[in-house]
Amino acid sequence: MSTNEPNTNASPPGTRGADAMQTLAGRLSACMQCGTCTGSCANSESMDITPRHLWRLVQLGLKDCIFDSATFWICSSCYYCTLRCPRGLPLTDAMGELKRIAVAEGLFRDRTSPLFYRTFLDTVRRYGRVREMEVMARYFLALRSPAVSAGFTPLGIKLLMKGKIKPRIPVMSGKGKLGPIYDKVREMEARS
Amino acid sequence: MKYFYYAGCSLEGTAAEYDTSTRAVLRELGAELMEIEDWSCCGASAAESASYLLSMVLPARNIALASRTGVEADFVVPCSACYLNLRRVGDHVHRDEALAQRINEVLSEEGLTYQKGLKTRHLLDVLANDFSCEDLDERARRKLSGFKVAPYYGCQCLRPYRDFDDPQQPASMDPLIEALGAQVHPWSAGARCCGAGLMTTKKNVALRLVGDILSAARGADCIVTVCPMCQMNLESFQSKISRERGEKLDISILYLPQLLGLAFGISDRELNLHMNLALTEPFLHKLRTITGC
Repeated sequence: MSTNEPNTNASPPGTRGADAMQTLAGRLSACMQCGTCTGSCANSESMDITPRHLWRLVQLGLKDCIFDSATFWICSSCYYCTLRCPRGLPLTDAMGELKRIAVAEGLFRDRTSPLFYRTFLDTVRRYGRVREMEVMARYFLALRSPAVSAGFTPLGIKLLMKGKIKPRIPVMSGKGKLGPIYDKVREMEARS
Repeated sequence: MKYFYYAGCSLEGTAAEYDTSTRAVLRELGAELMEIEDWSCCGASAAESASYLLSMVLPARNIALASRTGVEADFVVPCSACYLNLRRVGDHVHRDEALAQRINEVLSEEGLTYQKGLKTRHLLDVLANDFSCEDLDERARRKLSGFKVAPYYGCQCLRPYRDFDDPQQPASMDPLIEALGAQVHPWSAGARCCGAGLMTTKKNVALRLVGDILSAARGADCIVTVCPMCQMNLESFQSKISRERGEKLDISILYLPQLLGLAFGISDRELNLHMNLALTEPFLHKLRTITGC
């Protein structure tokens, strides 16, 4: 990741890599590769490998293949797979777990999602609540992609005109409203 | 009836009209809302990508704030993502006793303690189950006859927790819509995903999903939603999607309490329809024939 991204305390380290992958493989060991998850997925057409395929890679511990794929970033957490899995596996949570491991270990090619989540969480640390306009502004700045920003400009203008978002002066210094909580989480996760 | 009202961040900003219309409708129905002093963000879908513990602590903080008052009441949550995050804390703690201790170790930084007990409920659950159709019928001074409404539920108020409706073929909005004198648009897209946060991070994936939903709503006068993220995704990119698909897919999108409020005769000061991004001229025309203004 680039060093120009916002300096944030928002990502406390999660469970250490190899353990986290093993734990996840254990939770998914009952997957019998029926493909109900793929058939139920709203976004499987947009994924490079299907959810069923991904769970097999997790079972086999093929970490390189897993994090070469963007499949788990395309999960929109609709919970259809979790609802329908005949083995009752927590598949949507497993997608979340993969996002977490990818962020913690820097295992992603496309930084849009990690960057957005980081910016979002850092705003929450500062103010306790989301300031939508600031999140988007900082996200677009960090992304440095004029094309993506331009795609949202008409909507941003509409929202401003409707009075739904208001420019406010950002507070960049200090520990932040939820700083003590974020720090404590980070400290506890470092020792576990 | 008393509830703790957890508005969530969107309702302070882009979904302000959802906040004001929800408050007005619940007031009309005789519900009392208690504010949660100093509430904070639930973590949305972002916290889980950073830390499991943080994704539990952020919603738990709000439950702890409400518990501290000593009042026993259900949470009512209008945003589906907030609802799910608050709801899953109780579920995960139930399955993992050590988790509660870890959450409380963090919350002790603020002198707060999370306790099990307070129930988290989605606004739709409250509207559909705590009031009778007669309650609604009585208050619906203006019947919305001639309106065909497509009820859109989205995902996270239905799944994974089946608290109040069928998670695949939901129907809890039907009686509400009918009590207002409107007709339910028959469709099967009500429980499909709008793409949620992918609209920001993987826009083309989300646009495809929204296009399919808008297309399934053809023939309806409007779609009603119960989540600020669904509302924003369905209303914001209609002209772009119409252009790309080569079909006219513009349709009015309202929050459910705005529709209820129209029938209740609640003023626009509280419904704030002027803040909606997608209201079509035919819809507004039809509305004028009913309201007479």
